[in-house]
Amino acid sequence: MAHAATHDEHHDAHHEHQGFFQRWVMSTNHKDIGTLYLVFSLLMFFIGGSFAMVIRAELFKPGLQLVQPYFFNEMTTMHALVMIFGAVMPAFVGLGNWMIPLMVGAPDMALPRMNNLSFWILPFAFALLLSTLFLAGGGPAGGWTMYPPLSLQSASTAYVVFAIHLMGISSIMGAINIIATILNMRAPGMDLLKMPVFVWSWLITAFLLIAVMPVLAGAVTMLLTDKYFNTHFFDAAGGGDPVLFQHVFWFFGHPEVYIMILPAFGIISEIIPTFSRKPIFGYKAMVFAIASIAFLSFIVWAHHMFAVGLPLGAEIFFMYATMLIAVPTGVKVFNWVATMWGGSMTFETPMLFAIAFVILFTIGGFSGLMLALVPADFQYHDTYFVVAHFHYVLVTGAIFAIMAATYYWIPKWTGHMYSEFWGKVHFWNSVVWVNVLFFPQHFLGLAGMPRRIPDYNVAFANFNMISSIGGFLFGASQLIFLGVVIHCVWFSKKKATDRVWEGARGLEWTLSSPPPHHSFTVAPVIHDEELAHGHVED
Amino acid sequence: MTVGGIGKHGIRFRGSQHFKHVFGALSITASSLFAGSTLANPKPDQLNLTPGVTTYSEIPYMLNNVALGVCVVIGTLVFGAMFIAMFRFRKSRGAVPEKWSHNTAIEIVWTAIPVVILVSLAWLATDGLRKFSDTTGAQMTVKVTGYQWKWRYDYVDYLGKPVSHVGFMSKLDDRSNATRQLDSGLDPYAVKVGDENTYLLDVDHPLVVPVDTKIRFVITADDVIHSWFVPALGWKMDAIPGVVNATWTNIKQPGVYRGQCAELCGQDHGFMPIVVKAVSKDDFAKWLADQQKPATPVPAPASTAATSAQATAQLGTRQGNQG
Repeated sequence: MAHAATHDEHHDAHHEHQGFFQRWVMSTNHKDIGTLYLVFSLLMFFIGGSFAMVIRAELFKPGLQLVQPYFFNEMTTMHALVMIFGAVMPAFVGLGNWMIPLMVGAPDMALPRMNNLSFWILPFAFALLLSTLFLAGGGPAGGWTMYPPLSLQSASTAYVVFAIHLMGISSIMGAINIIATILNMRAPGMDLLKMPVFVWSWLITAFLLIAVMPVLAGAVTMLLTDKYFNTHFFDAAGGGDPVLFQHVFWFFGHPEVYIMILPAFGIISEIIPTFSRKPIFGYKAMVFAIASIAFLSFIVWAHHMFAVGLPLGAEIFFMYATMLIAVPTGVKVFNWVATMWGGSMTFETPMLFAIAFVILFTIGGFSGLMLALVPADFQYHDTYFVVAHFHYVLVTGAIFAIMAATYYWIPKWTGHMYSEFWGKVHFWNSVVWVNVLFFPQHFLGLAGMPRRIPDYNVAFANFNMISSIGGFLFGASQLIFLGVVIHCVWFSKKKATDRVWEGARGLEWTLSSPPPHHSFTVAPVIHDEELAHGHVED
Repeated sequence: MTVGGIGKHGIRFRGSQHFKHVFGALSITASSLFAGSTLANPKPDQLNLTPGVTTYSEIPYMLNNVALGVCVVIGTLVFGAMFIAMFRFRKSRGAVPEKWSHNTAIEIVWTAIPVVILVSLAWLATDGLRKFSDTTGAQMTVKVTGYQWKWRYDYVDYLGKPVSHVGFMSKLDDRSNATRQLDSGLDPYAVKVGDENTYLLDVDHPLVVPVDTKIRFVITADDVIHSWFVPALGWKMDAIPGVVNATWTNIKQPGVYRGQCAELCGQDHGFMPIVVKAVSKDDFAKWLADQQKPATPVPAPASTAATSAQATAQLGTRQGNQG
């Protein structure tokens, strides 16, 4: 497109004489901030992953060999907090930052300075959170769900609560920015129903974030006042109720789960059409399914609490509402398969991750359906079956989608091709070991092994050992990913074309690779055939 | 009793003391390893839920199997279609992409069919849930209280008569407790009662209950939230300070049924097991009478006393050997 050429000429003229500090710390550029988010997320992925390695090492065989039970609990708690708030969410925000303006033809995010602030809060939040591990009294050990009264026994409550406040502020600002960008900054002709599914998924996710992050902030603030200011929100002895916390927490927590998967749906809906060389099947149904899932996420929270002794009517309501989610989710999976059907497929690394996502996320969805059946949940609840379930949806779901997105867009970001060979080595190692890691955990849960225990009966020994071996190798495989990314950014000699992938559609591919530091300073002229895969009908 | 077809002949790797895991001894039946115990729980390398031993516990087992079956069928169809697509519509085979991108009829079909499947699953589950929630008509009441990190059992009434002064704490047995310490040097595989490994799954005083009796449990906690979970009974119920939850069981066959606390409750969450010993009504009446004799200092049931004594003796021997 014409505008891309014009901007190539003064491409980078503006930022090249900026110092490192000015460019990265004071940046208001959506691409640089996107990069910061992604780098931060990768760092947190390895920190959170190292906690997981401690967990799997201790669970390698029966008996305690490495750590005390309290430290084990700190590891499970920190692993979850770091992975959820540090790795998965910032990765999606980073992808959104980088790609949303490019996909809707906007010059930048709507609120660039707030964008800078929402990123730079995060390192402080995590410094606060992670520092608790080195303080007297230790880190939080009551689980990432922070159920009182247990979480109030921790010495680090205040640190954790303030860290969560900061993360929440960051997320809310990020969400406001994304909504403002999508609703106000689209290029003329980029109608809402012509937007890429990824942009749609982020628009809906951003509304979820704004709706529920304040709820989490409220819940943890009540924890804080219960601990330090003598309130009794959750203290039965003072007329409070520990179950109230769980209701408030999961009113945040269930939409939070979808905050971590809806952008993944968006990513997969970009990648599968590209490598099938065929438009996405049922674009409107895909958008509507995301919106329905988002709506349902607000009315299913108590399915995390079936065992707290809810009244029969509540258990029935939350069971039915939860089962209903299977319908739009099923539509999405069927539509991805239908997109492949009749296509002309190739299997580059992003496509491999996307296909693995569809299969393995669906397996996580199946166990989710089983968990929705209340009498069965009375058996599954708080066992390794649940651990297996949510790792299938979060690791082979969210994380695989993030990796797929990285392989898909990194040639655009850097202007270089990554090593397809090492990408595939990374993929095959990941997909094999992640199943060795998590599949046996279904069996452990069905046999009755509770989650969050540092030691277990010998009946659980073999599957735990298999799971640990899978865990170590899956962890090691991610070093390949790190290597591929570093190689692509600094060492790859192979230039990426502007289009990068033969079947790629959408505005981001009309820009040069890498795109100019300031792209779409003049709104692009939209040609429908250039748009992402959704617009074909109407 | 078997635990599902696949569970019985599960893949088994034998473990032994110094991490000598021989990856080869396949298909040793769990039942032969556990001759004598009615329903060892859990079984080594168990693959599926237990059908349990109560009038209710078949329900979650059945639901689990039906739901799993439905998922396997749907998964086979969907992933099968996907793999056919991946094979047939490859660029390397010269596939040319089609232009279509939706088909209203098929979209309606694959929205409607899941709804029908879900309704049938919901119907089954609702039926089971109604049965579960009916705590009326109980012939006995036991109060269960969770503490960091032990359980307390108080017998409230039996056959319409109040029971007074029968209650005791139940905590991890000494042998497991010594073995589970960091770097204890003791072997978890050596913690056995008879042929059954009871590492972390045995207590000093089990909950003794009669079979063929509808027992109502009232469950609460004194400090933080715990969860009372015995897989063979088919459910778990949270023990929450300030809340009294009610639930029930009716055990069909005598035996020893093991479980664990299922809600994270602090550092020793993994070390507060639950043991339910179901005995005949006659034996239970005798046991209860013994408990109610005045001036008896919190007695353990005879069998468990013997077990602990044996365990302690073995522990002593082991430590002696190592010293």
